[in-house]
Parts: sequence; C-alpha cells; structure tokens
Amino acid sequence: MKRMQKVSKWGILLSIAAAIFLASGMLPVEAAKAQKSIILATTTSTQDSGLLDVLIPVFEKKTGYFVKTIAVGSGQAMAMGKKGEADVLLVHSPAAEKKFMEKGNGINRRIVMHNDFIIVGPPNDSAGIKGLRSASEAFQKMASTGSLFLSRGDNSGTHAKEKGVWKQTGIHPEGQKWYQQTGLGMGQTLNVAAEKKGYTLADRGTYLALKKNLGLDILVEGDPILLNIYHVIQVNPAKWPKVNAAGAKAFADFMVSKKVQKIIKTFGVDKFGSPLFFPDAGKKEEKLGM
Amino acid sequence: MDIILDGIKEAFRLLFSLDPEVMGITWLSFKISGIATLISLVIGITVGTIVALTSFPGRKFVVSLINTGMALPPVVVGLFVTIFLWRNGPLGFLEILYTPTAIIVAQAIIATPIVTGISLAAMQQLPKKLRLQILALGATRVQMVWILIREAKLPLLAAVMAGFGGVISEVGASIMVGGNIKGYSRVLTTATVMETSRGNFDIAIALGIILLIFAYLINLILTQIQQRERPR
Repeated sequence: MKRMQKVSKWGILLSIAAAIFLASGMLPVEAAKAQKSIILATTTSTQDSGLLDVLIPVFEKKTGYFVKTIAVGSGQAMAMGKKGEADVLLVHSPAAEKKFMEKGNGINRRIVMHNDFIIVGPPNDSAGIKGLRSASEAFQKMASTGSLFLSRGDNSGTHAKEKGVWKQTGIHPEGQKWYQQTGLGMGQTLNVAAEKKGYTLADRGTYLALKKNLGLDILVEGDPILLNIYHVIQVNPAKWPKVNAAGAKAFADFMVSKKVQKIIKTFGVDKFGSPLFFPDAGKKEEKLGM
Repeated sequence: MDIILDGIKEAFRLLFSLDPEVMGITWLSFKISGIATLISLVIGITVGTIVALTSFPGRKFVVSLINTGMALPPVVVGLFVTIFLWRNGPLGFLEILYTPTAIIVAQAIIATPIVTGISLAAMQQLPKKLRLQILALGATRVQMVWILIREAKLPLLAAVMAGFGGVISEVGASIMVGGNIKGYSRVLTTATVMETSRGNFDIAIALGIILLIFAYLINLILTQIQQRERPR
C-alpha cells in the first residue's frame, strides 16, 4: 500500500509540473503574436556570415518591429515572395530577381551591398587552376581533368551564378561523375568540399567566416562575372494584401540607410581581417566592378 | 578528436556560465517538446485505449495506419504543416507560422502516432479476463478503463519517453515551421544545424551534449517512476 501511495504522489507532482509547464508555455507565445512582425526571406550567406545577427537587433530596437528571418537560398526566398509568404527579401540572384520584378511580384528593388564569389579548392590543386583570372577557364580545366566539383544544387544565388559560368563554358556538368550536388547551404557545401577535397564556388563572406576549419584555398578570384550583388526587394502588397507593406518598407529603407551601410563596411574586419561585404546603396549595378 | 574535446569543454562552459542565449534555447526546446508530448499523450492514450478495447469493422486497417504513423518523417509533417499555416493557406488566419506554437503543432503531430501505437499495444496485452473481472467486481466502465490504464502504467511510461524522445531530437519540422529565429523559435536541434553550417563545430557539439544531458535527466525521472513498482 505504501508503495502505491508513493506512486500517486509522484503522479500528482508530475501533473502539477505539467500544468505549470502548460501555463508558462502559452503566455510568451500569445505575447509574441501581438507584436508587429515582418518575415524576411533571405539567403543563407547573410545568416551564416553573422551579418544579420548584428543588423536585426539594431532594426528591431529602432522600429519596434519583430523580424522573423527565414534563411533559405535566394531561389526559395523568391518563391516565398512570389506566394506572398514573405514581406521583404534580401537576395543575391540578379537574373532571377529581374524576372521576379517583371512579373510584378516585388517593388522597390534596391542595391544593398556586394562581395564576390571565389573558386575554392584543395591546396594541392590537382586541376591546376590556381591564379587563373577567368572563371570559365577554371571551370573548363576542372571539367577536362575530371576534378570533383561540389555544386549547391539548390537554386540559390550561388547555384544560379555557378550555372551562369557553366553556360559560358558550354559544358553540361549535370550527370557527370565528377559533378556532385549537395542540395545544402553554403556553409555545409564548403564543409563537404573540404572533406572530399573537391572544388566549389562560394561567396567570399561565408568562406571567410568558415575558413578556420576548412583547409580550402582561394584559387580563382577577380573575374567580373564573379561579382555577387545583394538587393533588397519589398514584396508587392498590391498583389498580396496580407503582406506587411509598412514593415517591409521600413526594413528596406533601413538596409540602405547610412547607418547600416557603415556597419556593413566594417563588419567582419575585427574577426577576419577584411570586410565580408562592401556597401553599395545608391550605386548603379552596372557601375560596380571588381 | 580535438574538436570533440573542445565541444565537451564548450558544453560545460556554456552550462556553468549559464549563457543566457543557450539557457533560453534549452528552456524553449523543453517547453515546446514537453507541451507537444502532453498533447500527444491526451490524444494518443485516449485513441490507443479506445482502439484497444473496442472492436469495429476496419479495426485492423486503423491499427496499421497508427503503426505506419509511428514512422511519419518529421520533414514531411513539417512540409504539410507549413503549407497549411501559410498566410494564404487554409489555416493562414491563425498567423502562427514561424512561431513556437507552430513547432508545438508539428511535434504533437509527430508524437501522437508514437504514443497511440505504444498505448494500443500496452492496453491490448492486458489479459482479456481482467476486464470481465473488474466489471464483475462492480466497477463502472470509466472505473474499469482507469484501472486498466493503471495496470498498463509501465508500457505507457515507455510511450511518454518514446514520444518525448522523438520530438526533442527532431529537427526537420522544427526548422521548417519555426524558422530557427534567434531568441524566438530557435531550439537545440535547429541551433545545432545552424552552428554546423557556420563552421562552429565546438558550439554545435556543445549544444548536442546539452540536449543529451537534459534528455537524460527527463528520462531519469520517468524511469524512476516506471521502475518503482517493479516486482522484486
């Protein structure tokens, strides 16, 4: 009998704990809902590099909006925008962005910053591309030597850029044994490339942020085709009435404001020795050069 | 190897320095998975008991569905919950996508078939004559069900552990419906994924260790309760 009592005591204790648990659980959830929130769909590079961790708190403090950052590839970010499931996009896939704008999915596309793509690979560089100035020449060499190339394969901005370079070479890499698609974000794809001693195309920001554990070297850089430009786009509220238009505009204005452009300019200098992104607000895309 | 040692060191540093972000993430993980498990217990034990104690046409089919549900892939649940909760989706008016509530919903869907399946098996393995005996002693139907649940307590606690273990360790649905938003819907597993892709392997390992430590503590309590009545 005594043992039975003990068990029921435990049961009572447990249900009290459960009740407290439930009560405490529901409160913050409800409180958060009442806040004004905006959904920012963006690329993995802005999150993996840590830039948004610096910028978002500044924005939230300034405006009172709560930002829900959904870090996916540029392709998926625009797919969310197309369905009105995001309020504002921060993306880096210019060709796809132009299509997105032409279809009336977005308004007010503005340039925010740039950095560049680089071709990274194992230090011993079996394909012998180190120091080449042309990305397409490097890609051709990798193809002809059959050197393992890791593609993002996820319709991200980086993947779009990579496909653009392949198009220049006239080579169709898909299905080749030396061409593998990870379907992962930039950080993870860099890790796969490092592990398999393969080559990949990466944005400089993510590469610099991960460099310490990678053991991959920058082999090709500086080709104008490797320019990596980030734009901010507000999702068209005329098309999707549920979009938080005011919040989206506030965030877009914030990204091109002097204060933020100054933060971008120095972001990463203390940690990596060089900035990860270069502020471009107000500039013309065509005028950017490497 | 160094990286694992660094991870273990980092785990204890984060734990003992009570790092506010990690504490917040840990607390949120347990709150979300705890509530999801509680919901799944209410539904799962009820449905499991009903299916175990009754017979109706198509019962075998229902049981096979429940057992298949135990293998529901979290990402598929995440995908469907996302589609339903989209602003322009059928349940968009709830406005809960990318909130902790959405993670609770997804995890409850993942845990419910697990709890149901184990409850069903637990109730079914009780001797049939027990029911008759309880009723013969003058118990009402409700009293009978209550006694049967008490009889099946040990396997039912296993259902709690399996359900909780399934959702606390789950990442696919949490990242899709929660969005891994810093300080809001970031849980231990989604934070681990993110730190891995950022190349912060030591922090990723540390988060994994913290997850295991807390999962162990929860299971220790449940096991204490479960094993208390073991016949010696």
